[in-house]
Amino acid sequence: MNLRKYLKVYKKFLHTSLASELEYKTNILVDLITAILSLVGSIFLLSIFFQNSGYIGGWKFEEALIIQAIYTILNGITNTWFNPNLTEIVKHIREGTLDFVLLKPIDSQFFISLKKINPSGFLEIMLGFLLLFFSIRINQINLNFSFLTLSLITISCSICILYSLWFFISTTTIWFVKTWNAIEVLRSFLYIGRFPLNSFSFSLRIFFSIFIPIAFITTIPSEVFLGLSALWKILLEVIVATVFLITSRKFWLFAIKFYSSASS
Amino acid sequence: MVQNIIDVKNLSKSFDISSKEPGLKGTIKHFFRRQTKSLKVIKDISFEIKEGEIVGFLGANGAGKTTILKMLCGLIYPSEGSIMVSGYLPFRRKENFLKNITLIMGQKQQLIWDLPPIESFYLNASIYDIDKFEAKKRIKKLSEMLEIDEELFIPVRKLSLGQRMKSELLAALIHEPNILFLDEPTLGLDINAQRNLRKFLQKYNKETNATICLTSHYMKDITSLCKRVICVHEGAISYDGKLDLLLKKLSPVKEILIVCRSEEDAIKLENCGFNVKNKIKNEITIIIENNSITSSLKTILNNFDIEDLFINEPPIDEVIGKVLIKKDYDI
Repeated sequence: MNLRKYLKVYKKFLHTSLASELEYKTNILVDLITAILSLVGSIFLLSIFFQNSGYIGGWKFEEALIIQAIYTILNGITNTWFNPNLTEIVKHIREGTLDFVLLKPIDSQFFISLKKINPSGFLEIMLGFLLLFFSIRINQINLNFSFLTLSLITISCSICILYSLWFFISTTTIWFVKTWNAIEVLRSFLYIGRFPLNSFSFSLRIFFSIFIPIAFITTIPSEVFLGLSALWKILLEVIVATVFLITSRKFWLFAIKFYSSASS
Repeated sequence: MVQNIIDVKNLSKSFDISSKEPGLKGTIKHFFRRQTKSLKVIKDISFEIKEGEIVGFLGANGAGKTTILKMLCGLIYPSEGSIMVSGYLPFRRKENFLKNITLIMGQKQQLIWDLPPIESFYLNASIYDIDKFEAKKRIKKLSEMLEIDEELFIPVRKLSLGQRMKSELLAALIHEPNILFLDEPTLGLDINAQRNLRKFLQKYNKETNATICLTSHYMKDITSLCKRVICVHEGAISYDGKLDLLLKKLSPVKEILIVCRSEEDAIKLENCGFNVKNKIKNEITIIIENNSITSSLKTILNNFDIEDLFINEPPIDEVIGKVLIKKDYDI
């Protein structure tokens, strides 16, 4: 793979999609306001849950804010990259415009995963980081090199798992044509990631760890921030992320062999 | 000797198609128990195309023209048989193969809708690893050939269909491909835009010796661009050869419009045993076989008082229309 070429193409992707989005100023403004209101609403909801008892699943309100911060960052990444690109796969397949992607001398997964960008998602990412720094401060977490490295590893793994899950569902469009509902279900499960995993019953915890690995997406990175996560959990998250990423890649390469293109 | 650039042998393609009975009952049955059957859309076809040739694929809707084109460019896996395009197996979609070909579809677009076409051109240039300076040079050259200038800087959504199609062509040709696959490129364009596009394709073929495979329902596209046509009927090739030979075979006659000095002369001519197509006052149209034109005209000019005379070919659409519904043409 020619890295220089891919960097150059990605720079063009950024440029063209930002330029496209900036054509509609009002839309961006509405998205920005929505992101702020959504974060305020989520924190308010969380505070209501913690109003009666100071703890939920062994987590204090201040600690739960870390999960909310990580969720907000991931949701921002989802809105910036995954949503505009991965939902487009369905359109590409239904309308047959995937033809143009497959005939370009560039990796098709790279092209359809990163071509577009939604700049309003950046604000959500920034708000998530602001909340994270605030939570680090109120929880009196000591920032050091190993802590930062582990946080970076776990958050990167979360992004990989989320991307792979979404990409996997979108790829099934090649056979099933419409998969909007499955993506909506995935997004609803992601909302659950705003709450500590321990606050759910044992069976739900198993479900959210094995079938839909929400636990790996938000809870483990949050535990790293609080110094609660065991090394085996972090290693397990790295393994899960790698397996998900490789599987989604192999699945895509397998699926495009069945692509029959839309009729003219 | 000119080399074969496309080599197709015993190619077949089957698709699994699901069918549904009408009504609510049919819908429920279709939802729970979908019945699919394998449909062979391309049936054991073989042909070769030489470098620099312009070949038109003719056929009715659903005959399989687009499926053939998509197999040639590597989008669809063949079920049986072999295809070699420019020395590559298309469905492997190797980088060097993809840099050699392009696909243009009249009904689909790759340009970024909200931005001026120039942005899509530079994006494509980076995908094909063309540096900015070279890309600028190629855009200038192609835009001159296509006669587009200001349109390059206007958002695609605000361009007319003709301007958009020209921009699509430019986007698809920026990497200077050797083989062009064109699927109904003039669809929906007005007469002038169609003519300009054809002019451009002729020029492009002449300047670059690119091979062009074209499907179109506009006969003018085929007659002005293609010397050779491949007729596809229900997934099989019904004719592969020169267009003029096909036209001669299908249309061995000419229409002659004769303007007589008086209506009486026209009536006399009508009763002379010629195959009369129609008669309006002193104008009469007769159909004469190509091999007896000279002798028939001699007879008419010697025996009747003729004011004017026009020799016409039968409308090409009518002639080609016959190809679309027949299975075999043995020329």
